[in-house]
Amino acid sequence: MLLLAVFVGFEVISKVPTTLHTPLMSATNAIHGIVLAGAIVIVAALAGVTHGPLLTTLSVAAVTLGAINVFGGFAVTERMLQMFRRKGDGK
Amino acid sequence: MNVAVDYADLVAIALFIYGLHELNSPATARRGNRLAMGGMAIALVGIIIQTGGAGWPSVAVGIAIGGLVGIYAAIKVRMTAMPQMVALYNGAGGGAAALISTVKYFTAAPVANLDAIVAVSLVLSAIIGAISFAGSIIAFLKLQEVMTGRPITYPGQQVVNSIVLLAILCLGAWFVATLGTLPEWAYPMLLLAALVLGVLFTLPIGGADMPVVISLLNSFTGVAVAITGFEINSTLLIICGALVGASGTILTVAMSRAMNRPLTNVLFGAFGSAGGTEPAAGSGGPQQIRATSADDVAVMLAYASKVIFVPGYGMAVAQAQHSVKALADQLEKRGVKVLYAIHPVAGRMPGHMNVLLAEANVPYNQLLDMEDVNSEFPTADVALVIGANDVTNPAARSVTSSPIYGMPILDVDKANNVVVLKRSMRSGFAGIENPLYELPNTSMLFGDAKASVDALTAAVKAL
Repeated sequence: MLLLAVFVGFEVISKVPTTLHTPLMSATNAIHGIVLAGAIVIVAALAGVTHGPLLTTLSVAAVTLGAINVFGGFAVTERMLQMFRRKGDGK
Repeated sequence: MNVAVDYADLVAIALFIYGLHELNSPATARRGNRLAMGGMAIALVGIIIQTGGAGWPSVAVGIAIGGLVGIYAAIKVRMTAMPQMVALYNGAGGGAAALISTVKYFTAAPVANLDAIVAVSLVLSAIIGAISFAGSIIAFLKLQEVMTGRPITYPGQQVVNSIVLLAILCLGAWFVATLGTLPEWAYPMLLLAALVLGVLFTLPIGGADMPVVISLLNSFTGVAVAITGFEINSTLLIICGALVGASGTILTVAMSRAMNRPLTNVLFGAFGSAGGTEPAAGSGGPQQIRATSADDVAVMLAYASKVIFVPGYGMAVAQAQHSVKALADQLEKRGVKVLYAIHPVAGRMPGHMNVLLAEANVPYNQLLDMEDVNSEFPTADVALVIGANDVTNPAARSVTSSPIYGMPILDVDKANNVVVLKRSMRSGFAGIENPLYELPNTSMLFGDAKASVDALTAAVKAL
């Protein structure tokens, strides 16, 4: 499964023209924001055990950073790609 | 319920892959990003269903803060600051991976005794995530010019880095060998050491190498996320992380290849680490240069038959892309053939110039890659260098002692006339003198790139 993903990663990227390298880097950056899902899992696991405020803070921080990665990553990519709209597409 | 979530994950992954595929072409790129967004939404809803909303206040607070900050910053930031925003968001992802490991470990501590695979993944994702976090922050500070963009070097740098790396490896090995039952102070030490290494490893890297570093850190975070997937037993994270790790690596290698330097050279033989003093190859005294005026250049441009624009970071800083397009329109109206020469690492990220020029509606077919445009220079009447420096430095061809020796450059010096638009005689981001400015066919037009280009447009119009 891991190897398949690596292979697909190589395959998908190697075709992208230079023009789109920056948006592409930004898009892959947003996709690793899936780490947010991991943060949600760890928060849920934490909810089942007694713990101090430090762990609560750290887990909220994990979710926050993950969310910044996801939302910011996609928003920046979207903004970059807006530049690629041609004149005819309407503003 | 779990089967439904598995299917949701499958759909999400398919959307990510298809979305990246759509990013292959400018025409479908936006749809690609939208598809990936949809995939992310499905995956996140799936994970919330799977956890049954346990610990929802923490999740809600984190997503609300992170979402607002992320989107607000992305909307507010200027186009020129995009590269450092990517660095910052990437750092956030790495930090999240490291924090997940941290919470996972302290939830189990002090009687940790972890599964072997969990112990290994926990330590690895903490280390790689922390390196990526700290490295990205430094990359951000350098690009934002909060700290100097020049390489920061000191004697024995590689030795210090090696010692920190060794400490990390020892602590990590100790953690795995004891399955996490080692004294609790060891883990924070490990995390701290990884953060320090992230900083130390990025400090000596400067100049034209920054895009490569951001791309590398991007793939680091991908790898950290994949390993986090093993740690918390999530196929979704493993696959997405591996996807990004692989694609980030491809991109990184492609970029260092464009600079004709092996990746190890970019990372460890960074510009300036050879001496840390001014390059000795220069003429020593002040450069012999000729300044010119907008009116003179306008005449030269208006009566040329072929002009090649060479945009660089200076154009990005001055937000001059629209002015450049306006000048090109004026020249084309007079029958001048206008081309744009795009060096793979011009600006701060690969494709940086393409994005900016696309914003100004410059047609794709006028943007030429280095391989295609270099044969055009000898027949060009004027090469107009707009805020580009290191990528035009002929020293890369001939001066073996130059730090950028061997880097493929745009052969602007082969054009009949070279006009360089530049704010001042300050050297480029890499801190190297450019002998191009001393050539007899070169003249300099000093000033802000946007102001200069606007002046040129007005002068051409007035002719």
